[in-house]
Amino acid sequence: MANLYPGRKRRNAIWIALAWAATAFGLGWLVLILGALLWKGFGGLSIDVFTKMTAPPGVAGGLLNSIVGSLIQTLLGLVISAPLGILAGTFLAEYGRYTRFAAIVRFINDILLSAPSIVVGLFVYEFCVVPFGHFSGLAGGIALAVISTPIIVRTTEDMLRLVPNPLREAASALGMPRSLVIQQVAYRAVRAGLITGVLLAIARMTGETAPLIFTALGNSLFTADPTQPMSSLPLIIYEFARSPYAEQQKLAWTGALIVTAAVLGMSVLARVLSSRGAGK
Amino acid sequence: MTASAIQARETSASLPRDRSAALGRLKFWDAGFRFMTFGAASLVLVLLLGVAISLFIGAWPAFQRFGLDFLISDSWSPPKERFGAAAAIYGTVVTSIIAMVIGVPVGLGIAVFLTELCPPIFRRPIGVAIELLAGIPSIIYGIWGVYYLKPFMQAYVQPFLIGTLGAIPGVGALFGGPPLGYGVLTAGLVLAVMILPFVTAISRDVFETVPSVLKEAAYGVGATTFEVVGSIVIPYTRVGVVGGVMLALGRALGETMAVTFVIGNATKVSTSILSQGTTISAMIANQFADADPGLFTSSLLALGFILFIITFIVLALARWMLARLDVKAGR
Repeated sequence: MANLYPGRKRRNAIWIALAWAATAFGLGWLVLILGALLWKGFGGLSIDVFTKMTAPPGVAGGLLNSIVGSLIQTLLGLVISAPLGILAGTFLAEYGRYTRFAAIVRFINDILLSAPSIVVGLFVYEFCVVPFGHFSGLAGGIALAVISTPIIVRTTEDMLRLVPNPLREAASALGMPRSLVIQQVAYRAVRAGLITGVLLAIARMTGETAPLIFTALGNSLFTADPTQPMSSLPLIIYEFARSPYAEQQKLAWTGALIVTAAVLGMSVLARVLSSRGAGK
Repeated sequence: MTASAIQARETSASLPRDRSAALGRLKFWDAGFRFMTFGAASLVLVLLLGVAISLFIGAWPAFQRFGLDFLISDSWSPPKERFGAAAAIYGTVVTSIIAMVIGVPVGLGIAVFLTELCPPIFRRPIGVAIELLAGIPSIIYGIWGVYYLKPFMQAYVQPFLIGTLGAIPGVGALFGGPPLGYGVLTAGLVLAVMILPFVTAISRDVFETVPSVLKEAAYGVGATTFEVVGSIVIPYTRVGVVGGVMLALGRALGETMAVTFVIGNATKVSTSILSQGTTISAMIANQFADADPGLFTSSLLALGFILFIITFIVLALARWMLARLDVKAGR
């Protein structure tokens, strides 16, 4: 009988080496991208970035209007998506857990969760920009809300499902109505989890670009009025990165560094919170 | 809500009449809260229907004018009002194929590494690092792609491909043309990196559903790590892995910003993957601002509708497969 052992061993070694290589490849990209962001973006960080408006080429400018625009639109998105997502998630986990309707909503929500954001942008354009006749920061906020709601629905449901039933039964046995059981007992038990969902939603909204092109449009002037077209960091990165002027390119990289730091910071914070919540 | 106020009123309710009034209020709020959650859940359904219907209405003039020709024609000429989606659909499919060919094996490799090979201390940090890759916004991939990947592709990878594979008859057609840096291959490569964390995260999760007994039995009869993964882990989790891959495909099909930056935005069908091209989403992002209301805008909305239908089918299949695995795992 032929000795199969060396061949099997060799094949095993090759595949293990490939798995190591794949991991190195994946981590290599992370290092390259973050390294480039720090290298190109860090030098541009200055007080001007946070205090001056975006300017035409040749004039020293900053990113103030874009940063404020990003904050306002994210806040608008959050004001819509957080209550909506938490309530919908509550229905899926508490009232309708085993119903057919909940199963359909869950399925559709999962699809919305990974639906292309550009399609959401077109929808909000048809729905909020065409009827009013102009682009606005509000439309941008609504687009961000549509994108982030599924994230909050999903995390809220997953978290509420972790609440042990005896906890609910104990509260019900004291005579609490169902809505109070949910608000006073279940929400409190998973507060860290709910915050995690909201943080993940903010992180997603902060970096989103595609839907804002057709809804908020961008604005080189400062505005805090949500009915006007509004700038935001991702939009200004999109514009300035393709600009031929060195100072605008530099600002694009600085904006990219700010956005990435905000997004990754919130993701990490969400992870820390959820792992602490799960440890309980 | 006013829960504490209700409690306060309840304790002060000494008379039976107050008591029933308090109970009535509680019942009202209870029903109200339940109705609100139901309304919010229904709104999620309405959102999806709203997306489909509003896009279809917006796209209707283009569909009416061009009919099926819209899907087949590759001419895209705003001045002549001739619009066809073929070039964009072609670009979307080709970039996604490139992304899957590179991203799926690498993503699976990382998942195998994390579940079977990695020393336990590094398991969590490396897992988190890969997930951070998923957290980086797509615009960052775009700007990085233009400033770093594109020059690298132009200077090293593309001349190499043209010099070696491009010289082979047949296959050579795929690697023809000048090394521009921008192009379908560059876009596919960026997409590959973007979908990699999704493939890894889901495969790792489904790999962990394999009962240890099965793996231990295989190791016990002398199987190597490779044989355990190939003959036990992957066959057991096949449906879940395919589901995760489809989910990643859904992402690749719809990805916009990163692709817009590096694909070159040329509305044409070309056999060479080194040439410039476009995708459905890149085309919408790139041209929407210049589009006149009317047939041009409607054609872009029609592209969006097509993208929506394609990704809906892919994502629905993905979710269905993952749900089947959940049933199997008894979750």
